[in-house]
Amino acid sequence: MNPILECHSVTKTYRQTPALQDLSLILEPGQIVGLLGPNGSGKTTFIKLLAGLLQPDAGQILIAGGPVGTRTKGLVSYLPDKPALKNRTKISGLLQLFSDFYADFIPERAREMLDSLGISPDARMGELSKGTQEKVQLILVMSRKARLYLLDEPVGGVDPAARDYILRTIISNYEEDATVLLSTHLIADVEQVLDHVLFLQNGRLLLSDSVDHIRSQHGKSVDSYFREVFRC
Amino acid sequence: MPWELDSDRPIYLQLMERIKSDIIAGHYAPGERLPSVRDLAMEASVNPNTMQKALSELERNGLVYTRRTSGRFITEDESMLKKLRKDMARENIQSFLEAMKQLGFSKKESLELLQEILKEEKE
Repeated sequence: MNPILECHSVTKTYRQTPALQDLSLILEPGQIVGLLGPNGSGKTTFIKLLAGLLQPDAGQILIAGGPVGTRTKGLVSYLPDKPALKNRTKISGLLQLFSDFYADFIPERAREMLDSLGISPDARMGELSKGTQEKVQLILVMSRKARLYLLDEPVGGVDPAARDYILRTIISNYEEDATVLLSTHLIADVEQVLDHVLFLQNGRLLLSDSVDHIRSQHGKSVDSYFREVFRC
Repeated sequence: MPWELDSDRPIYLQLMERIKSDIIAGHYAPGERLPSVRDLAMEASVNPNTMQKALSELERNGLVYTRRTSGRFITEDESMLKKLRKDMARENIQSFLEAMKQLGFSKKESLELLQEILKEEKE
């Protein structure tokens, strides 16, 4: 199978501060990948580069064999780390917005999920709790039939029950040949659903390995292994 | 209800163990059709790929088999199920002995204690 993502010596610097340095990796499709690293390790920068919101200073990024651009926006479904939807918009308006923008958006799927959570299409984003807003955003993003899902901190600020809901939403909605790249620092909560993990440290790729391999090689969870590698 | 899984061992091994004990416990009958990979993965709250790997391994061991287009089934081979049951009992006893060793009991002492307890239970 052709890789869904290829990065060759990608470097990104903000003024003088290096955010990503000489990052190279290849991801095969059909897996859920955890992008893990301490605060400031470059996770969000990396995801924004893939989403086409930032340009690398050097190096090359290929998604499904092509450069990041208009074409890849149709293949990539991106969940930003901060809410990007206007508070005054109604849920029904968001469904319309996504239908207009994305040919692969499946409104029925989104409606069904919103319905199961008891979220009315007439509700406005601003009237919902933070956790519910996050669920709505994820539902919209996962209701696209994308090749690559980029989820920046999908389980960041929500309670454990909502976290379970979000993880279930991810594993039940992604197509078999799609790839999910999700960043988080709450490793213990998500490692059960990950196939593969990437460790970032100071903008460099420290490790790219499968969860089962880490567990059998080190006899510990990815979470404990992470704590050991990044001990402060 | 997500399955209880340890965080320090490969997940697919634990999924295999869980399905094996479900077979032994009669949760699945011999020859019964297993739920789909996706449904099992949802039930366990794990990645479908991991569930797929666990089922492929069970298939390799002969405990489940695939009938093309109609899904995965539990083996009907009674002798294999009997062997599975015995293997799992053996594993339990080995880990029991290991735990007793940690408490400083020899195998002989462990056996004596076990007999003592069984006798007490009878009375």
